Amino acid sequence: MSKYVPRKELLAKDILDRPSPLKGDHADKEWWEMPVEFREGNWCFPAKPDVLQEVGFPNPRKWAATDEDWQLPEGWEKTIREGLRSWLKRSRSLKLYLDSCVRCGACADKCHFFLGTGDPRNMPVVRAELLRSVYRNDFPLAEKILKGFSGSRKLTRELIKEWHMFFYQCTECRRCSVFCPLGIDTAEITMVARELLNTIGVNNNWILAPVANCNRTGNHLGIEPHTFVQNIESLVDDIEELTGVQVNPTFNRKGAEILFITPSGDVFGDPGVYTMMGYLLLFHHIGLDYTISTYASEGGNFGMFTSNEMMKKLNAKMYHEAERLKVKWLLGGECGHMWRVVHQYMSTMNGPADFLEKPVSPITGTKFTNAAATKMVHIAEFTADLIHNGKLKLDPSRNDHLRTTFHDSCNVARGMGMFEEPRYVLNKVCNVFHEMPENTIREQTFCCGSGSGINAEEFMEMRMRGGLPRANAVGQVRKAHQVDSLVTICAIDRASLPTLMRYWNPGVSVYGLHELVGNALVMKGEKKRTVDLRENPMAGFGEEGDDE
Amino acid sequence: MKKVLMPLAIVLLLCLIPYVAVRYAGQSYLFGVIVPYAAAALFVSGVLFRLFDWLRRPVPFRITTTAGQEKTLDWIPYSRLDSPATPMQAWVRVLLEVFLFRSLFRNNKAELREGPGFTFASSKWLWLGGLAFHWSLLVIGLRHARFFFVELPGFIVPVEVADRFLDLTLPAFYLTDAVVLAAATFLFVRRLRDAKLRIISLPTDYFPLFLIGAIAVAGVLMRYVTKADIMTIKALTMGFSEMSFEPPGDIAPVFYVHLFLVSVLAVYFPFSKLMHMGAIFLSPTRNLCNNSRQKRHVNPWNRAVKFRTYAEYEDDYREKMKKAGLPVEKE
Repeated sequence: MSKYVPRKELLAKDILDRPSPLKGDHADKEWWEMPVEFREGNWCFPAKPDVLQEVGFPNPRKWAATDEDWQLPEGWEKTIREGLRSWLKRSRSLKLYLDSCVRCGACADKCHFFLGTGDPRNMPVVRAELLRSVYRNDFPLAEKILKGFSGSRKLTRELIKEWHMFFYQCTECRRCSVFCPLGIDTAEITMVARELLNTIGVNNNWILAPVANCNRTGNHLGIEPHTFVQNIESLVDDIEELTGVQVNPTFNRKGAEILFITPSGDVFGDPGVYTMMGYLLLFHHIGLDYTISTYASEGGNFGMFTSNEMMKKLNAKMYHEAERLKVKWLLGGECGHMWRVVHQYMSTMNGPADFLEKPVSPITGTKFTNAAATKMVHIAEFTADLIHNGKLKLDPSRNDHLRTTFHDSCNVARGMGMFEEPRYVLNKVCNVFHEMPENTIREQTFCCGSGSGINAEEFMEMRMRGGLPRANAVGQVRKAHQVDSLVTICAIDRASLPTLMRYWNPGVSVYGLHELVGNALVMKGEKKRTVDLRENPMAGFGEEGDDE
Repeated sequence: MKKVLMPLAIVLLLCLIPYVAVRYAGQSYLFGVIVPYAAAALFVSGVLFRLFDWLRRPVPFRITTTAGQEKTLDWIPYSRLDSPATPMQAWVRVLLEVFLFRSLFRNNKAELREGPGFTFASSKWLWLGGLAFHWSLLVIGLRHARFFFVELPGFIVPVEVADRFLDLTLPAFYLTDAVVLAAATFLFVRRLRDAKLRIISLPTDYFPLFLIGAIAVAGVLMRYVTKADIMTIKALTMGFSEMSFEPPGDIAPVFYVHLFLVSVLAVYFPFSKLMHMGAIFLSPTRNLCNNSRQKRHVNPWNRAVKFRTYAEYEDDYREKMKKAGLPVEKE
C-alpha cells in the first residue's frame, strides 16, 4: 500500500517479536541511554521553507530528520529555555505536571503508541520525563542540587532529536490523563514541547502547510472560495441524482440565522463528502435558515499543534465571520480536535461573543444552555434534539446494509465529554449497532493513531503501529458481530481510519454519523431510494427480485 | 541497580548519623531539639512556598479531563463526577481522588497477544497498595497526636482504638504498623519486578520509599522490641508543642534515629515529588468543572493576535468570488 510501511505480516511479526516492556524486556536499560533512530516511516517531513515564511515561523531551511546536523539556529538553547520559562510562568498545569509526577506507572501501558512500538519513551510518564529532565537541570529547585539523583539531563542537540521523535508520537489524545491519579495531562506537555520545537525550526510540514493554507484561504486544504462553492454544488448535484431532492445551501449570506462550520475534509475528502451530503440533506429536511462561509471554511485547527497563538489566530475567523454575517449562533460539524478547541479554548481565547445570541433550536425551541457563552452547538447535540422531539422522518432500515460500531474520537470524548448524543442518533438511524470492548471505548477510547497532525503518508509505519489498539478492537467486534462499518464523528478519523482498516481489518468501511443520518432521512418529494449516499445498494430496497 | 542501591545507602547512612552522634558523641540536644525544630520550620515554610508558587500561576484554559457524559440536553443523564457541571461537583471529584484514588481504581493492564492484539485485564493492585500505604500513613500520623496532647483529641480516639483492636501484643499491636510496612514493600517490589516500573523509576522514587520504610521500622523497634522509655519521649514531644527548648532526658538512640529520619523526610518533602499531596488538589484537569461552553473562562494573559480578516481575504479573492456568485462587501 505505501512504501512507508512494511507488509502487514512483517509488521505484525515485528510487533510481537520486538523487545517491549509489556513483555518484560528492557528492564535493565535506562531509557535515556536508548538511541534515537530516524528511518523511513517514523518521521514526518519538515515544513518547507516557503510554508514557514508564509506563517512567519523561524528558521526556514531544507533539512530532514535523518540528517546528522539539523541546522538549529544560533542560540537555540536560550530560545528553548526562555520559551519554557515563559510557559511555566503562564501555566499552572505545566508547572504542576512537571513537579508532581510520582511515576506510579498507571499511565505506562495506556498509550497506543507505546502498545504499538514497545518503546519505553512512549510510556506517557517517560514522554513527560523527556521535558521534565531538562526542566530539573535548568530550573532552580532543590532537586537541582541532587543532579544525577533526580534524573536531570542537559539540553543537547541529541535531546532535541529525541523530543522531535517522541512528541510527534503523541497525539494529545489524553487517554493517559484519565488513568493518572494526579490528573497529569501529557497533552499539556506535548503541546508546550511542540511549540518550543517550532521556535527553533524543528517542525512538521503536514501540520504547517495546512496552517498556512487555513490562514490564507480559510481552510486547511487550501480551497479557494470559488472552488469551495463548486465542490459543495457538485455534492448538491449528487444529492439530486440520488434522491431527486434539490437542496439549496447558501454561501456567505448575511442575515442567516445560523453559520455552519465543519472541517474542510468534509467538503473535499472521501469519505468526508458523504457526511457533508448528510448535513445538507438534514438542513433541507428541517428547512434550516443557515449559511456556509468560504472565509471561515475550516472547523479544524492545526494551529493547535504548533503554538497557542496560531491556534487563536486560526480560530478567530469563526467569531469574526459570525459577526460580519450577523448570524444568531454557530453550528459545528463532526470533528475531534476542532471540538477540543471550540469547547475548551474558543470562548476564552476569542470571546466573549456578545454579538451572538444564546443558541436556540429554531425547529424544536430547545435552548442549548450548555453552549450559552461560546454560542456554538455540536451537530450531534442538534440532531439528537431534533430526533428526540420527533422532528425527523427516519427510516433506519435504509442502513440495514451496514453493521455498525462507534469510534469515540479522543478529543470529543476526553476534552468535551460527548458520549451519548452520537450513540442516540446512531441507534435511531440504523438497526445494527455493537459496541467495541469496554476498555477501548468512551473515556478509554483509543486514538486512530494519526491525530494531532501526524496523518502524513511518510509516517505510515508509525500510524499503523499507533492505530493497532483501535484496529484490534474493531477486529474483535467484527469477529463477534460481523461489524463492517466504523462510524465516527471526526474528520481526521474519516481521513485516517480507512487506511488503518485497509491495513489491519480489510472489509471495514468508515462512515461519518451524519452520512447515516442522510441515508435514513425520508425526504419530502424524494424518489425511490435504492442506494445509499455512496451509491452502494441498500438491503431490501433494490429492484424487485434482487432484494437480498 | 545503582538507582536502587544509592538511595538505600543514603538512607542507611542517615540512620547511622544520629545513632553514632547520640550514642558516642552525646549529641542528644542537637538531634532531639535543634534538628527537629529546624526541620519543622523548613517543612512548613517549604510547603507554603510551593503551594504559593503554584497558586500564583494562572490557569489559562479550562482543560477538564472529561471521563463521562457532559451536561447538555435535559433528557440525557450526565456524569456528575467524571464530567462535573458545577464547581461543587468538581470538588467532590477531587476529594474522591484524594480519599479513594478513583482514577487508579480504573486501572487495567494491557497484554500483548497473538494477532497481534491486546487484552486489558483488570488491575487493582496498585490502587489497593497505594490506598493501604497512604491511609495507614494518615492513621499513623493521627495517632502520633498523643505525643503532642495531654489527652488524645476526641476524633482520633476511635481511630486509635480501631487500629489496635487486634490486641495481640503488649503494648497493643497497631494494624497500620504492619500495613504500612507491607504496602511499602509491595510498592518497592513492584518497582523492581515490573519491567515498565523498573524503567521509569528514578532514585528519587526509591529514596522516599526507603526513608518511610526506615522510619516505620525504627518506630516498630522502639515500640515492640527495645521498648524505649515512653514517658521521657512524651516529655520531649510535649515540649515541642509548647515550643520549649529544654534538653531531652535519657532516651534510647533508636528514638533519635526515628526522629532524625522524620526530620529528613520533613525537609525533603517540600522540594520533591512528595508535594503531590498538595498538587492533587490543584490539578486543573480534575478540579475544574466542564462548563467551558456555558460560562466563559478568563485567561489573564490572553494575548492579542493579529489574524487575517475577512476584508483582507476578500481583497485577495474578490474577482474569483464575484465570478462564483458570492456576495462581496466592496465592488
